[in-house]
Amino acid sequence: MSANTPLDQHTGVAVPLMRINIDTDAIIPSREMKRVSKEGLGEALFANWRYADVTTRRENPDFILNQDAYRQASILVAGDNFGCGSSREHAVWALKDFGIRVIVAPSFGSIFYGNCVLNGILPIRLAQSHVEALAAEIEAQPGVRFSVDLVKQQLSTPAGKLAEFDISAADKRMLVEGLDGIALTQQRDAEIVSFIAADREQRPWVYR
Amino acid sequence: MSHATLVEKIWAQHRIADLGGGSALLLIDRVFLHERTGGIALQGLAAAGRAVRRPQQVFCTMDHIVDTFPGRGDATRMPGGTAFITSTRAAALEAGVNLFDINDPNQGIVHVVSAEQGITLPGLTQVCPDSHTCTLGGLGALAWGIGSTEAEHALATTTLPILRPKQMRVNFLGRLGRGVTAKDMILKLIGLHGASGGVGYAVEFAGAAVTSLPVEARLTLCNMAVEFGAWTGIIAPDDATFEYVSGRPYAPDGVLWQRAVDHWRSLASDAGAAFDREIDIQAETIAPQITWGTSPQHSISIDEPVPDPQSQPDEKRRAAMSRALAYMAVEPGRPLVGIPIDAAFIGSCTNARLSDLRAAAAILKGQRVATGIKAICVPGSSRVKQAAELEGLHQVFIDAGFEWRESGCSMCFFAGGESFGQGERVITTTNRNFENRQGPGTRSHLASPATVAASALKGQITDVRRLGRQR
Repeated sequence: MSANTPLDQHTGVAVPLMRINIDTDAIIPSREMKRVSKEGLGEALFANWRYADVTTRRENPDFILNQDAYRQASILVAGDNFGCGSSREHAVWALKDFGIRVIVAPSFGSIFYGNCVLNGILPIRLAQSHVEALAAEIEAQPGVRFSVDLVKQQLSTPAGKLAEFDISAADKRMLVEGLDGIALTQQRDAEIVSFIAADREQRPWVYR
Repeated sequence: MSHATLVEKIWAQHRIADLGGGSALLLIDRVFLHERTGGIALQGLAAAGRAVRRPQQVFCTMDHIVDTFPGRGDATRMPGGTAFITSTRAAALEAGVNLFDINDPNQGIVHVVSAEQGITLPGLTQVCPDSHTCTLGGLGALAWGIGSTEAEHALATTTLPILRPKQMRVNFLGRLGRGVTAKDMILKLIGLHGASGGVGYAVEFAGAAVTSLPVEARLTLCNMAVEFGAWTGIIAPDDATFEYVSGRPYAPDGVLWQRAVDHWRSLASDAGAAFDREIDIQAETIAPQITWGTSPQHSISIDEPVPDPQSQPDEKRRAAMSRALAYMAVEPGRPLVGIPIDAAFIGSCTNARLSDLRAAAAILKGQRVATGIKAICVPGSSRVKQAAELEGLHQVFIDAGFEWRESGCSMCFFAGGESFGQGERVITTTNRNFENRQGPGTRSHLASPATVAASALKGQITDVRRLGRQR
């Protein structure tokens, strides 16, 4: 688990993808996981929707990420339960490689949410009505840039919308400081060792 | 007087440190890996110069992209697939973890193997970079799916920082009707409350219709907790659980067995335990379920018409329904029964244990699948396959016109190898009916093994309860 680029503030082009229940198979189809690698997966992002022909990579002009206003998007505004389904971290690696740093949705698949935090992508949960208002603002002005301040836990738009969001203190720290989670836990090694020693007495059948 | 839920009890027993804001550092008792997402975790760890802290408590199998044809080796039909197998094998051997390799008699789908080998025990914490790890909640373990990076953390430290989930209990009251299975129970729940109904929750399944389920069916019920959006699902362990676990290769025995069972008997929610949400479902109201669309929440009773988007007040849900109807080429207002199918698939971590194969074989015995139907059975593990063959079930499947395969995840998803094909309609015992999940353009209807077997015989979607009358 390598440390990530710290994410305290971010401003970028926002793109709406308001379907509900967008699953990780849609974010990256299994057949696109061709190499044992976390790198270079951006091309495979949303492959079934993004390409009219996935083999030749001929684009589907109707898909929003193929429209010029959104090719540089870094903030994704999505429908409820984004990232549900398979645990494949490749979904997050593909989004990151494409350039996405922030995802806003009413709710997220829980494994996907954790995978985002560990890879330096900020998942923001906002009420459905807030998310829909953001999507409407983008559609009224394609290419609009939103700003996120993770320290203040605020998202702001040129139209003057200001949304405050919740995030756990642990996740916030991971993102803001770009921490290496394993190194953080290893600082508690003495605690872990003594816990396991006591647990071995309590539950000896667990240990092999 | 304690008022803790089952999940809270296991949580408290594993809490090493409070991390603030509802998060805790939890001890992880077992890590399971497979070649699709586990090899990359082992490699990432090695690349960072880190070791697996307790390799004896780590297990690895080959299931996701292995070939399921007889005589298989490392070659796969998936482009680039062999590299996943060989690199995972190399990393597993290097790290010294327990490995069930392709031709090991204990190889199989990760969550099937973990239960049948006694690797999962009640009250354990277990993780795997695979979303269906929640299956193992059926044994009373706290088991959940993680990403590859979290897997590196669990391997390196035997711990994970976790945000405490909210608590939900789903009570299935009363008795199930004839032809109704655990698969129908979970599809009914998701159909009623949506694919995001469980987001943020640990879900305990309870009630007479749950406690009367055999252990393998409990694994099916918990398997699709993730399709409900839940962090995980769990069922309190009982005598049936202990009987299931007893004598399995990795289960404790002798004096330790007795100590373990004494501990396990304390693993139930207390009478006064508080849940953030409770849902009651009368088991008698559950008919065999089938999905009509492209989300598990698009689930209906087999004798019910496909819903009409016009009756859905929510715009987003209405749009998703219309899109799903078009993808699936089914019509609102009409039942699915009678729609011709192209293929039938029995397999996956949801429904490919011995009891599932017996249920399907009971319907197939002495019959042939309809002309032109591609029918495939892929046992959940090599042990399941062996046990089925000892009972002669394989001959029932083969005589009925099913292919009888080696174990693996197989066509539960399309990895670039085998597929059912563009526009083909498949009735399947698997867990996901997403667009393109089983192949580009493939249309998947999720159902129980009995419903899949009955539909294969008729060549069309069939109500298993009416099969006798239709014949």
